[in-house]
Amino acid sequence: MSTGRRRTRGSEQFEPVAGNGLLDRRLLLRSGLALAGVTAGVAATGAAAEPLTNDPWTLEMGEPTPALQVPSRFEKNVVRTRTNPNNEFRNSHARTPHHLLNGTVTPNSLHFSINHAGLPDIDPERHRLVIHGMVKQPLVFTLEQLSRYPLVTRMSFVECSGNSAPLFSNEPVQGTAQALHGLVSNAEWTGVPLSVLLDEAGADLSAKWVIAEGADAHALHRSVPMKKAIGDALVAIYQNGERLMPGNGYPMRLLLPGYQGNMNVKFLRRLKVVDQPAMSMFESKTYSQLLPDGKAWRFHFLQEVKSFITHPSFGQTLKVPGLYQISGVAYSGNGRIAKVMVSADGGKSWSEAALRGPVHPQAFTRFDMPWRWDGQPAVLQSRAWDEAGNAQPLRKDFVAARGETQKPVTNPAAFPNQHYNSLTSWGIGSTGEIKHVYA
Amino acid sequence: MSTRKSLLAASLLLTLGAAAVAAETPKLGKPITEAEIAAWDIAAMPDGSGLPPGSGTAAQGAPIYAQKCVACHGEGGKGGVAPGAGPLAGGGPLTAGIDAPKTIGNFYGQASTVFDFTRRSMPFNMPLSLTDNEVYALTAYILALNKIIGENDVMDAKTLPQVKMPNRDGFIIRFPDRI
Repeated sequence: MSTGRRRTRGSEQFEPVAGNGLLDRRLLLRSGLALAGVTAGVAATGAAAEPLTNDPWTLEMGEPTPALQVPSRFEKNVVRTRTNPNNEFRNSHARTPHHLLNGTVTPNSLHFSINHAGLPDIDPERHRLVIHGMVKQPLVFTLEQLSRYPLVTRMSFVECSGNSAPLFSNEPVQGTAQALHGLVSNAEWTGVPLSVLLDEAGADLSAKWVIAEGADAHALHRSVPMKKAIGDALVAIYQNGERLMPGNGYPMRLLLPGYQGNMNVKFLRRLKVVDQPAMSMFESKTYSQLLPDGKAWRFHFLQEVKSFITHPSFGQTLKVPGLYQISGVAYSGNGRIAKVMVSADGGKSWSEAALRGPVHPQAFTRFDMPWRWDGQPAVLQSRAWDEAGNAQPLRKDFVAARGETQKPVTNPAAFPNQHYNSLTSWGIGSTGEIKHVYA
Repeated sequence: MSTRKSLLAASLLLTLGAAAVAAETPKLGKPITEAEIAAWDIAAMPDGSGLPPGSGTAAQGAPIYAQKCVACHGEGGKGGVAPGAGPLAGGGPLTAGIDAPKTIGNFYGQASTVFDFTRRSMPFNMPLSLTDNEVYALTAYILALNKIIGENDVMDAKTLPQVKMPNRDGFIIRFPDRI
């Protein structure tokens, strides 16, 4: 009843549910709210409607339909940012532009990619996957053979454990969600359960580890616990419905849902069942992170519960006061996202965001919160909880446990430390400009 | 009664059938021998398994380093030449900050890691081109630069796993229940 009455009014009658103009998330799906927002926007800008005309693309036949379609030429700024475009002898990163995307699936062309020794140009006909070590019968597989197995399809994020590393800086590094959080992406992966292949080889399940190795120019290898290998691990051969992108492991990769990206070995060519970890360079050094007391964590595995706001965020500007949709992504290596709270006053008050379903385990869940910006300074934050009950740590608690740099980080592509999963805060100025802040 | 019996039999058959289907996997992998995998099976493990025959000393490693490594890693392993090629020698205290550089000398827990990475991934422009003796010699050279072993200590499959790295006790397993 009251709904009907509200539909006819502007957004002003919605009572804020938390400080600085957060509105009730249950109002999100009511058509009346969207209408009210549009009306408010038009009124605020004072734009008068002009008579409509037919543009050239309406007046003549268009281009031929291409075999492989690419985004509109007007979307040329929606690209990954790269750290090593000249392919120097070092690693290279390409980050996902989260602030320019919506939904939960990262398009394959924009999925983040890190390559430690360049991008191998692998002929799928010649690629082989070997399973050996503590097994009854070592086996070798071709891509064609694996493609004939019963396949499993699931959503999963993959996140570099160095994602969000600029937030270890003692002063906020200014950067987009792409610059700060671009080393996580989310896709639908299709592949063969690793447990099936290990079973066929007669793997000794008392062995605690499986060494996974790639066919790249580092022959990059990581030690994977047998528990994960016979759990939900996949040998993935499709990404969002098509074969894997070269930068994401073509023609096959290990997918360990919720585990740090580097363990999801790309260009997978070898799995060796063993009774001890290999202590490869990447697990010994790069992905063992220092704690404030000089000790280091080893075998972190998990990408823990995390969220960040993509809209609005750094690089965008709020042009007029009025209604906006705060939106972002949340995910946890521990399972499904249970809830996301949003604050517009730097954490003084919170309200629960709406989750766009379906909510998949170890995958992006998009959250939304309607917000009426009054033109005054505001600080937007999100905080996620997973189904295991883990809360994304508040920054003061995270810094108390994990530390921060003593000097400001000047290079946003640097990795002062690993496994940052605390909050991200976007400060809105009275001009609508957005900065990365700590709150 | 008979209907019940046949239903029971049918459901039993169904159950057995499902179990048989579940257990049946394609088995399309071809048998291969460990000898045929040898060229890929190069992981050098902390306990010394996987280390090949051969040996080397720091003195033998120095000229190889000068020829194949110095261009990126710099004189005496000091680094600072090529971006991405970190120093191979030195390293300050790990309590200096959470972003303190992690080096072979101050951080690595196992000497096998030096051998393994050099063997599989270096030189950057020509991986897997070093002989096993060269890898032992370069490993010895790097460990000696860090004063972890002496100039004339021989590194081989027996001695390398016995090298005690300074930070070997510096690690905490984050999620032991997941191993």
